[in-house]
Amino acid sequence: MSTIAPTAPAPDRTPSSPRSEDSRLKAILGRWETLILALIALVFLIGSGISSEFLTGESLTTGSSDFTEYAILALPLTLIIATGEIDLSVASVLALSSALMGYLWNQGLPMEGIIPICLVAGALCGLLNGWLVTGLGLPSLAVTIGTLALFRGLAFVILGDESVTSFPTGYTDWAFGNFAGTVVPNTIVLFLVLAAVFAVVLHRTPFGRAIFAIGANREAARFSGLRVNRIQLRLFILSGVIAALAGILLTLRNSTAAGNVGEGFELTAIAAVVLGGVSIFGGTGTIGGVLLALILLGGIQKALNLDPDISTYWVNIVFGILLIGSVLGPNLAARVREARRINSRGTRPPRPGRSAAPQSGPGGEGNSNA
Amino acid sequence: MSTPSTTTPLVALDDASRSFGAVRALQNASLALRAGEVRALMGENGAGKSTLVKILTGVDRPNSGTVLVDGEPVVFHSTADSRDAGVAVILQEPTLFPDLSVAENVVMGRHPKRSFGRVDRPAMKKTVQGLLDRLGVDLDPDRPVQGLSIADQQIVEIAKAMSFDARVLIMDEPTAALSGREVERLFGVVRALQERGAAVLFISHRLEEVYEIASVVTVMRDGEVVHDGPLSELPEDELVRRMVGRDVTQLFPKSEPKIGEVVLDVKGLSREGVFYDVDLQVRAGEIVALAGLVGAGRSEVVQAIFGVDRATEGTVTMLGNDLPLGKPTAAVAAGMALVPEDRRQQGLVMDMSIGQNATLARLGDMRSRGLLSPKRERAEAERWGERLQLKYGRLGDAVGTLSGGNQQKVVLAKWLGTEPRLLIIDEPTRGIDVGTKSEVHRIIDELAGQGLAVLMVSSELPEVLGMADRVLVMFEGRVTAELSRAEADEERIVRAATGRVSAPATQEIA
Repeated sequence: MSTIAPTAPAPDRTPSSPRSEDSRLKAILGRWETLILALIALVFLIGSGISSEFLTGESLTTGSSDFTEYAILALPLTLIIATGEIDLSVASVLALSSALMGYLWNQGLPMEGIIPICLVAGALCGLLNGWLVTGLGLPSLAVTIGTLALFRGLAFVILGDESVTSFPTGYTDWAFGNFAGTVVPNTIVLFLVLAAVFAVVLHRTPFGRAIFAIGANREAARFSGLRVNRIQLRLFILSGVIAALAGILLTLRNSTAAGNVGEGFELTAIAAVVLGGVSIFGGTGTIGGVLLALILLGGIQKALNLDPDISTYWVNIVFGILLIGSVLGPNLAARVREARRINSRGTRPPRPGRSAAPQSGPGGEGNSNA
Repeated sequence: MSTPSTTTPLVALDDASRSFGAVRALQNASLALRAGEVRALMGENGAGKSTLVKILTGVDRPNSGTVLVDGEPVVFHSTADSRDAGVAVILQEPTLFPDLSVAENVVMGRHPKRSFGRVDRPAMKKTVQGLLDRLGVDLDPDRPVQGLSIADQQIVEIAKAMSFDARVLIMDEPTAALSGREVERLFGVVRALQERGAAVLFISHRLEEVYEIASVVTVMRDGEVVHDGPLSELPEDELVRRMVGRDVTQLFPKSEPKIGEVVLDVKGLSREGVFYDVDLQVRAGEIVALAGLVGAGRSEVVQAIFGVDRATEGTVTMLGNDLPLGKPTAAVAAGMALVPEDRRQQGLVMDMSIGQNATLARLGDMRSRGLLSPKRERAEAERWGERLQLKYGRLGDAVGTLSGGNQQKVVLAKWLGTEPRLLIIDEPTRGIDVGTKSEVHRIIDELAGQGLAVLMVSSELPEVLGMADRVLVMFEGRVTAELSRAEADEERIVRAATGRVSAPATQEIA
C-alpha cells in the first residue's frame, strides 16, 4: 500500500484549461472578421483590375444601392438565426409588399396610406410565421418554406402578371437619390441607421442577450425565466415588417411593383448572415460581422457585373463557394486546433465548431432588377 | 475476493502524465485493473479522474507514461483501439438509439447477417437474450429503448460491452441517476461480471456505494494518485480526508430554523399521467425536502410549480397571490427561483461566460440608461462569486470550464441575485465533489436562516435527513407521506417511497 499523507489544504481548483473557451472564441471571431476584411481587400483589388470603373463614386453608388434590399433583409435574419431559427419567407414578403403597393396605387390610394398598409401586411406575414413556430411548435425551416410559396403566391393573386410603374416621382427620386450631395444612396443611409439600431439591440440590450441565450440553449433560457416564445414571435414579426420595408424600397428604386421581384433574395441575405460569422445553429454572431460580409458579397457582385464577359451566373457560383467555405472554415480551424492540442499521433472524434446545415444554399439570383 | 495483486493486470496505467498547457491534469499516475477486482476511483471533480478515464479509453493520450494491456505497452489511438483491447465504458447518461430495440442497440454495427446482407433477427435476438440472461436481468430484447429507465439503459450498455467481449468495464458515475433498488440490481450485474473475471473501475461520489461494491480504491487529488490500497483498510472519514486534503468537519450544518409565514402554497396540482393532487406548503425559513425514487414525479412537480412544465389542474400561490400556470417569467417575478437538476441543459448556457450566466435571470437589472451595462454585470457577478466562494479564472471564461460544484454555484448566484423568496433546488449536489457538497449545504442552510423558503428535491437520503425541516415523500406521482424532522428516518422514507404507505407514524396525505 502506497500512501501519500495529505497535509496542506487543497489549492484552488481553477478552470483546467489555460486559455478559456471564451477567449478562444473571441480569437476565432477576430480572425474570422480579419479574414473577411482580407477578402474584401482582395475583391476590391481584383475589381479595379477588371474595370477601372470599379472604384469610382458612381460605381459605389450603384453597387451599394443594388445591394440595399439584401442588406436590409439580413438584419432581422441575423437575429432570427442567432436564436437558432430561420426565416426563408423574407423575399416572398418583400414581393407581397411590392405587389400590394402596386395594387393599392392602382386603386388610387396615396403613398402616405400605402406604406403603412404594406408594413402592417409584412407584420401579419411575420405573425403567421411566428405563430406557426412558437404557438404550434413547428420547425421554422418547414414553416417558412411553406410561407415562402404562400406569400409569393399571394403576391401574384394581388397583382397578377402585370407590373405597376407609375409611382410618384417624389418617392422614386428619393429612393434613387444620394444623401445630401454625397455618393451614398439614401437607401444605404436608411440601412446604416437600421443596422446601428439592430447592433445596439442585439449587443447591448436584455432582448439581445436573450436572443443569444435562446440560440445557445433554448431550454436553459426558458428555465431562466426568459420569454422565449414571445421573443421569437417578435423576431418573426420584425422580420416581416423589415421585409415589407425592403419591398417598398425595391419598388421605389426600380419604379416597378410586381409579384416576381426579389426571387431568391433570401438566399443571399442568409449567405451574408452565415458568412458574417453568425452560427447557423444559433448562439453567436455580430451585426458587425454581417456588415463586413455584405460589403464582401456586394463587392463581388459589382466586380463581376462590370465585366461584360462574365456571366451573371458566376455571381451565384462565387456566393455558393463562399457560403460553403464560411461553414467549412471554422470547422477545419477547430479540427486543426484540436489536432495541435493533442499534439501527438492518432485521431480523435472531431468536434465541429459550425458544420454544414440544410439551410445553407447557394447565393441569390443575380441582380436585383426585376 | 482474495488478493490477486500478483497477477498481471488486464489493463494498467504506468506513471502517466498529461498536461493541458500549464495545467497538469494528471501527474505520474499509476493504476492497475485486475481480473475479478472492482476498483473504486475516488476524487473530487477536477482531481484528474476524467483525464485518467479518457486515457484508458483511448479518447486522449498521455504526454508521458504508458498504457499496458496484459503487461504489454500499447498506444490507444482511438476508442476503437481500447475497445479492441477489451475496455468498455458505461457513462452516467447512456447513449443509445431510442427508436431501435434493445437487441438492435446491443449488436449495433455488428448485426448477424443472412444472405443478401439481411439482418438475421432470430440470431440477433438469441445472442442478446443470452447476454441479458448472463447478466441476470429481465429485459425484453424486442422492446424499443425509448421509454426504458436510465437504469435499464445502462444494462443495455453493459450487454453491449459484453458483446464486444469487454474484459475491463469502466463505470463513470453509473449510479448518479438511479434509485436504491436500481443501484442494487446494477451491483448484482457488476458482481456477475466480476465472477466471470472482468475488471471493473467504478467511479462514484457516493461513499456507501463504493464501500459496498469495491474491494480496492485509488484516490486522486490534483492530478495525482494520493492513495492506492484495499478499501477495508481505509475508514470512511479517512477516505474523505484523502480526497479533499482536509477534514470535512460537518457534512450537514443544520441550524435551528426560524419558521415564518407561508411563502408557497400548492393545492391539488396535477398533470395527467405524471403526478396527481399534490398539496404542499413551504414557509419562510423552512427547508422542505421532496424525497422519493427517481421517476416518482418530484422534478416534474417542481417544474410545474415554477411553470416550465404544464400542470393540468391545481393552483400555485406565492405569498398569497395566485400564479398563472406554465409561466416561468411570472414565477420569477413573484420571487420564485428554480435550480434545476440538469445543470448543463437547464441550469446554464454552457457556451456563455460565467458572468453572463450569473446575470441571465435578471437582465433587466443590469441596465443603465436602458442598455446593458458590462460594468454592472461584472460587479454583480463578482459580488456573488465572492459570496459563494466561486473558484474561477476570469468572469469572461465559458461556464463550461468550471467544475461541477462551481457550475452549481453559478446557477445559485444567478438565482440568488434575483433575491427570491422561494428557492426550489432539484438535486442540489448531484455530481458535485464532497468538499463543494458541504459548501452547497452550508449555503442552503444559511439562506434558510435568512428567511428564504427552500423546497429541495433530493434522492440522497443523508441529504434529506440532514437538511430538511419537513420531508414529503412521493411515490408514483402522489405524495404518500409527510414527515416532520423528528419523525423522518431512513426506514419511514424508504417505506413511503416504495408505496408501503401503511408505515406507522406517517401522516397520510391524499
